[in-house]
Amino acid sequence: MRLELKKRPEHSKAMAIASPLIAIALTVAFGAILFAVLGYDPLKALYSYFIEPLTEAWSLEELASKATPLVLIAVGLSVAFLSNTWNIGAEGQYTMGAIFGSIIPVYFWQWDGWMVLPAMMIMGMIGGALYGAIPAFLKTRFGTNEILTSLMLVYVAGFFLDWLVRGPWRDPGGYNFPETRDFSEAAILPPMFGNGAMHWGAVFALVAVVVVAFLLGGTLKGFEVKVLGQAERAGAFAGFSRKKMVYFGFLLSGAFSGLAGIATVSGTVQQLQPSISPGYGFTAIIVAFLGRLNPVGILIAGLMLALTYLGGESAQVTMGISDKVVRVFQGMLLFFVLACDTLILYRISLVSGRSSAGKDDAPRENLVPAEEAV
Amino acid sequence: MTMFEAILLTVITASTPLLLAAIGELVVERSGVLNLGVEGMMVMGAVMGFAGAQWTGNPYAGIVCAVLAGMFMALIFAFVTQTLVANQVASGLALTLLGLGLSGMLGEAFVGQPGIKLPALDIPGISDIPFIGPVFFGQDLLVYLSFALVVAVTWFLFVSRTGLKLRAIGDNHVSAHALGIPVVRYRYLAILFGGACSGLAGAYLSLAYTPQWVENMTAGRGWIALALVVFGSWRPWRVVVGAYLFGAVWISQLHLQALGSGIPSQFLSSLPYIATIVVLVLISSNRRLSLINTPAALGKPFVPER
Amino acid sequence: MKTKLFAAAALALGLATGAAQAEPLKIGFIYIGPTGDFGWSYQHDQGRKAIEKALGDQVETTYLESVPEGPDAERSIERLARAGNKLIFTTSFGYMDPTLKVAKKFPDVKFEHATGYKRADNVSTYSSRFYEGRYVIGQIAAKMSKTGTAGYIASVPIPEVVRGINAFMLGAQSINPDFKVKVIWVNSWFDPGKEADAAKALIDQGVDIIAQHTDSPAATQVAEERGIHSFGQASDMIKFGPKAQLTAIVDNWSDYYISRAKAVIDGTWKSEDTWGGFDKEMVHLAPFTNMPDDVKAMAEETEAKIKSGELHPFTGPIMKQDGSEWLKDGEVADDGTLLGMNFYIKGIDDKLPQ
Repeated sequence: MRLELKKRPEHSKAMAIASPLIAIALTVAFGAILFAVLGYDPLKALYSYFIEPLTEAWSLEELASKATPLVLIAVGLSVAFLSNTWNIGAEGQYTMGAIFGSIIPVYFWQWDGWMVLPAMMIMGMIGGALYGAIPAFLKTRFGTNEILTSLMLVYVAGFFLDWLVRGPWRDPGGYNFPETRDFSEAAILPPMFGNGAMHWGAVFALVAVVVVAFLLGGTLKGFEVKVLGQAERAGAFAGFSRKKMVYFGFLLSGAFSGLAGIATVSGTVQQLQPSISPGYGFTAIIVAFLGRLNPVGILIAGLMLALTYLGGESAQVTMGISDKVVRVFQGMLLFFVLACDTLILYRISLVSGRSSAGKDDAPRENLVPAEEAV
Repeated sequence: MTMFEAILLTVITASTPLLLAAIGELVVERSGVLNLGVEGMMVMGAVMGFAGAQWTGNPYAGIVCAVLAGMFMALIFAFVTQTLVANQVASGLALTLLGLGLSGMLGEAFVGQPGIKLPALDIPGISDIPFIGPVFFGQDLLVYLSFALVVAVTWFLFVSRTGLKLRAIGDNHVSAHALGIPVVRYRYLAILFGGACSGLAGAYLSLAYTPQWVENMTAGRGWIALALVVFGSWRPWRVVVGAYLFGAVWISQLHLQALGSGIPSQFLSSLPYIATIVVLVLISSNRRLSLINTPAALGKPFVPER
Repeated sequence: MKTKLFAAAALALGLATGAAQAEPLKIGFIYIGPTGDFGWSYQHDQGRKAIEKALGDQVETTYLESVPEGPDAERSIERLARAGNKLIFTTSFGYMDPTLKVAKKFPDVKFEHATGYKRADNVSTYSSRFYEGRYVIGQIAAKMSKTGTAGYIASVPIPEVVRGINAFMLGAQSINPDFKVKVIWVNSWFDPGKEADAAKALIDQGVDIIAQHTDSPAATQVAEERGIHSFGQASDMIKFGPKAQLTAIVDNWSDYYISRAKAVIDGTWKSEDTWGGFDKEMVHLAPFTNMPDDVKAMAEETEAKIKSGELHPFTGPIMKQDGSEWLKDGEVADDGTLLGMNFYIKGIDDKLPQ
């Protein structure tokens, strides 16, 4: 007995809706077993994981605030990935964006007025884009693999931030602890409602989703991204430049990551510290693929992943389930979602008998849909 | 023992886990599969290696457990990405999350317990030769194994017929399939091999490097191993160079600090990462050295049509 | 307010009759690392368990572990507050501003922030004078070292760590004025492999004693292997170095945590700053082992003197690294300077980021 996949002639609309539901059903079933085995009431555990974070306004705001950087970064990354440019270093670009944007509240902290925030956000985008430009430059000039360079630059950015906040940027009134001065009122992205957690960064994320959706769906540039991503030679014949595309992918995803960095620092942390990201730049890679590199999909995936983090905390607090169990559960959930995605593209059947892969009729070119061509 | 010898010994310790994990991932990627879950498999290897040694009192039993744990994690990945053709990048990242959580759960009982150290295997006669002896022949099993694996993988990929087929799959799975090579089965085996190697790397951490279990003790080494495969442009001996370059800079910066260099420690700490980038740029800007070996089908899903 | 009074009355009644009928006090903890780190977070969790053990069903505790400083901190603290916890311990420096922000929103919840300096009506701060222990181990190091050089594995350059290095050096200099210390910053609180590498590098450069301000027992294991001495950190690490460990500086939060939980139950909790050392049992030294009796006697005497207040490790004359005078003869450092310490004393070669 083995599983056999048959490609569907086109995306199954029914399965596009059913697949997440099946994934959730499987997660619930396996999660219930996991929790029961560990001695927790499975129903209560699942409730506190999936439902409780959605029952209160403050928690919904936290959800949006957590999803904001994930969506913002992932949307940018999706463009790079679609064009077959491997930016693994969004975390570093996020950090550099935060650093560049913070130049204003650190050095010009007396500056007041409405100009401060836009200036910070633009600086953040510039910082992220410039840092993203390094792997792009090395790739186009020397042919250096961008996976390695962008990943290694993450660590470098982290140490640079560390040095800044412990050295030159240290808060003069902060007993030499590693943090910059608190940002002034003018340098803080205000909350959208009252003094809740959701700040205007959420709007940036939504705008980014719309912009990228438009870019990919209705512009020549979007067409160029996809063509170069799928068939580079064809792209070359059409006159598209691979080098320019590498820059485009890195600059765009770097700018969005940088914006996510400065928006989170300004809206949530409100000062620069050695640790400003719980791995957003890496988590966003999962978000990008869970969202099938589609802007709207990414929005949904970002919210879903944010929910798994919030749900994990809520399960820890209300049920005393340890963080480790929560992470196992999160990993399981991701696998189920990823595996069930297959149903949209393929029909799965259980076949008996030995595999004869490759021995029967000649295969045809397996055309992989854009979202899958990685 | 001279200072140089001493440093060399430390470098070997720092480089071995990176090399072990990287050589496994190299085979995986040569088959056209990108498994970003090295960190998760490695940390599972660390916890199960430690557990196995504790249960049996024998570090070699620990190594076996670590290999099995790594392969178990790899099997999950293989099933999801090969049988169910799920996205490899996301699955690999999910595997890392799963591994970090699961290892923490399984390891709770072992926190604060000293582990059993893997003994050095002295080769009588040879180990007594000055310099060469202690540095190259006073190591534990896993260090020897890391080099044996490099030799074996080199032979396998570039000499054996099976290795040729594996590379063919990595370069173009459609043609390989047309030639009658069972793509999915090869990939399953490659992924399992990668898992076993990551398990070994984890075992090296919890049985040799620092014989103890603490949560997240891999501390990002899985990611470095991934980067080293790219650094080595998918060639085993270049991966060795990468792992040892990284290890050497990593150790030297600690020595520089102890000597009181006055350079900010954050800058020194980032040196291994910068050095890796710089050397790779030098290699790739040299026409003669920069053979592009990237498996063309890397990360792309494959479903046999029938 | 009425219900609270009622609850307090019920609680008092319950205590008087010996049966805790009232709602248990809910206490929340936030840890920076996993409870399995065998270092900082592990010790705080031991403190949490001690509360449960001491106060039984008068309390109910929960915790969130591995909460990174930065964007997630405020939400995690707020979640604990919203879950009905009336006393919340935030156990890392980086939680300082998030703690204050949440405290503002929940005036009836008491907060305790470790190692910070900002307080409010419902926010206390607490920390340990680990440097007292470091002075003692400095003395032991100077007595035990044959090479006159110790290695010091430091985590990240914050005042607490710098203070520890200085105290260690002062202790050592009180025995051997020419004592040397080599410092390696690993720039991480937690990477056992890197800590082991640092220990090896130090030993290879000729130190024969290792002190550390990082959390894992890796360095002690290396010392054991190489046949030299070491000092444990955060937890007693004697199991990892039965022949190597001279003593360990052990964090002990239990007494403080129990007293604060009791204070909330009794209604006597006040916002205050507690910086306790040997005197408040917040710093312990693990049993002195692997040393001759005279060294042991000296260490015990110094410990007793510090405990009684007779000796303050930072008593002049002390010069700064550049040779300028910091403390005059007999002058004792004030807590403010100690809290923000970012300079080395004379005799240390390392340089701090400025």
